[in-house]
Amino acid sequence: MDLLYETLFNGLAIGSVLVLAALGLAVVFGLMGVINMAHGELMMLGAYTTFVVQNIFKAVVPEVLFPIYILVAIPLAFVVSGLVGLLLEKTVIRRLYGRPLETLLATWGVSLILQQFVRSVSSAFALGLLVTVVGGLLIPRLTPKSWWQQRWTPILGSGSWIGSGLVGIVVASVLGQQRVFDQPWFSARNIDVTAPTWLRGSIDVGAVNMPTARLFIIALTAVALIGVTWFLQKSVWGIRIRAVTQNRSMSNCLGIPTEKVDALTFLIGSGLAGVAGVAVTLLGSVGPNLGGNYIVDCFMVVVLGGVGKLAGTVLAALGIGVLSYLIGSGSLLLVWPAMPAGLNELITFFATTSMAKVLVFALIVVFLQVRPAGLFPQKGRMVEA
Amino acid sequence: MADFPSSLVSSRNLRRILPWLVIVAAAVVLPVVLPPFRLNLLGRFLSLGIVALGIDLIWGYTGMLSLGQGIFFALGGYALGMYLQLDTLEPGQLPEFFGLYGVKSLPAFWQPFNSPVFTFFAIWVIPALVAGLLGYLVFRNRIKGVYFSILTQAALLVFFNFFNGQQKLINGTNGLKTDTAHIFGVLVGSDGMQRNLFWVTVLLVIGAWFLCRWLTTGRFGDALVAIRDDEPRLRFTGYNPTAYKTVVFAVAGGLAGISGALYTVQSGIVSPQFMAVPFSIEMVIWVAVGGRGTLIGAILGALLINFAKSLISEQLPETWLFIQGGLFLLVVTALPDGLVGWWRQGGPGRLIAMVGLPQRSLTYPALDLDPEVQAEQSQFDAQGSESQGSKGGAQ
Repeated sequence: MDLLYETLFNGLAIGSVLVLAALGLAVVFGLMGVINMAHGELMMLGAYTTFVVQNIFKAVVPEVLFPIYILVAIPLAFVVSGLVGLLLEKTVIRRLYGRPLETLLATWGVSLILQQFVRSVSSAFALGLLVTVVGGLLIPRLTPKSWWQQRWTPILGSGSWIGSGLVGIVVASVLGQQRVFDQPWFSARNIDVTAPTWLRGSIDVGAVNMPTARLFIIALTAVALIGVTWFLQKSVWGIRIRAVTQNRSMSNCLGIPTEKVDALTFLIGSGLAGVAGVAVTLLGSVGPNLGGNYIVDCFMVVVLGGVGKLAGTVLAALGIGVLSYLIGSGSLLLVWPAMPAGLNELITFFATTSMAKVLVFALIVVFLQVRPAGLFPQKGRMVEA
Repeated sequence: MADFPSSLVSSRNLRRILPWLVIVAAAVVLPVVLPPFRLNLLGRFLSLGIVALGIDLIWGYTGMLSLGQGIFFALGGYALGMYLQLDTLEPGQLPEFFGLYGVKSLPAFWQPFNSPVFTFFAIWVIPALVAGLLGYLVFRNRIKGVYFSILTQAALLVFFNFFNGQQKLINGTNGLKTDTAHIFGVLVGSDGMQRNLFWVTVLLVIGAWFLCRWLTTGRFGDALVAIRDDEPRLRFTGYNPTAYKTVVFAVAGGLAGISGALYTVQSGIVSPQFMAVPFSIEMVIWVAVGGRGTLIGAILGALLINFAKSLISEQLPETWLFIQGGLFLLVVTALPDGLVGWWRQGGPGRLIAMVGLPQRSLTYPALDLDPEVQAEQSQFDAQGSESQGSKGGAQ
């Protein structure tokens, strides 16, 4: 029996990370109907923020304060990922409003860029990028206004960006001659975050062994869930978000600034991805490809949970997490040794992490035959429900 | 000149024949001119054009974005790979890798692949059946749009995990090598065989193009476009979109299978990497860059992007992901109809007009090139494409 509890506990911890990661995705999907393929990369940014915060604490801050670095990293990761998400919404997603499939492809492009950025960013690279952005933004202000009302203005516009991009590349490669500037910040290798000592032990409840790091993740998820629920149910902006989710054009007519609501929701959703990234660092080493490991699971959560209620997301995420862990770790056999022989062989066949995904996906497809719109579908009378 | 029948040299006929003459000339000349390595690359990329054609059918014409074509691509590749593995052996032998995992007898599902006839059909029938089944289960519940995309992606990941994890059945992550195998007694990896395969590829690309053209013109094609633009209305008119979608998804799956088989014999190996998630999304971008909704665009896009990829990856491997990501962004924001669509809508003319050179106009230049008229025209075009886009995409 204790074994069952322990397995459930571990599954719950894995599921909690999934809740954190999928929460933002589901809220944004419910509101705007877009799937953000770069969501996993926003998680990765959160993880790398944790890494940076840890290094800063090691180098600068007195050692006594080191144990609390993770508490500093959580809000910082939220801010970093949230701001990158906000930038993404303002520059890309807003232009593609009403074209969800194109948004999917565009955000995939962003995810590729973010992955390679983390791999190859060095001081020279960052300065070159800075030069490019500053140049591209400044040229329209420094040139005569009449230039920007001509028929060749589009060529000038793209030309100014290409030009400042070339200058940026030159700056980066000149600076790159110096070793100091050429050193990549993270490189393509995985990074390890050392958990503070108070997260390294474990607590025994009865005979059940619970690692503190996993307890911390569960607690973090609970806090985030309560926060998001409170925000959506009680705060003014939360109520606006729910209104736009239910009926965008009517909300617009009633004076709700839907563009601001979109931006805010995207910021919060991305920020939550960053917090999930902090949680992931506690489970093992992380690398630039971190996003790919979680993103498809997150999509499955959105499909299974439906977009009507937060409860759907939570239930779906915990369900997928616990089930994958139960099957994948093979602990179903340990928990229930007297299993009939046929079932026994079947379960053993699926008892690896990757094969567990096969089974869980098959179960999801079967479930969708019964409830095509997920656990908690949005109710409405539209043809395209 | 007067002796020629005038219908043969009329510019309309010439336009119709010229592309074919170019293709035939290229197919004859290129194998002689190009070094074997480049010819092999061209053959591979041409075979990728077939899977792109399938994606164009389901995405460009029917509006369903599948991120899982890699499944069918790899299934076709594995079907041919398994046959080649068995064909090379003496009777009673097992493929070498089975020894590593202690497998004593050939798994049952390998047995039919002893037969070349079965394999010939398996290459395209098995992927088409799998696609049809998966499609039916999804479409009958009216799951579509983004849901469909992410479900296909999840299915892809599941197939990848399965093939990657099953060493004892299919050699897992190592895949099946084909370049050391023999086909009709000739080494698959040899230059002569690769040249033959190039010609087979050219013929099959042309065949696939004709198939797709046949499907997209006429009633069936109209129904597909109707599904893309307004599915509920088609349903209310008494059609059954599920049947159309299932059929077209199965056709795209079959095309992907053929493409995968050709790609396998020309690259020398089939491995679960064919089902990697990024590869399948890459396929979509070939179609997007070339021009979705235009068949020739799919093939050109596949050729263009893959050559660019192989050139850039040779020179500056680090920048390829940046360029690819930028392409995704550029093509959906600035070139929604791809290069071929841009060309057909008079894009080059507009570009020339921007730098001030005279533009050919349909009516009087004074009227056609009036900035006010142009502004109205572009506004009108934008509205048109916007409403089309939202209908095609929003679910």
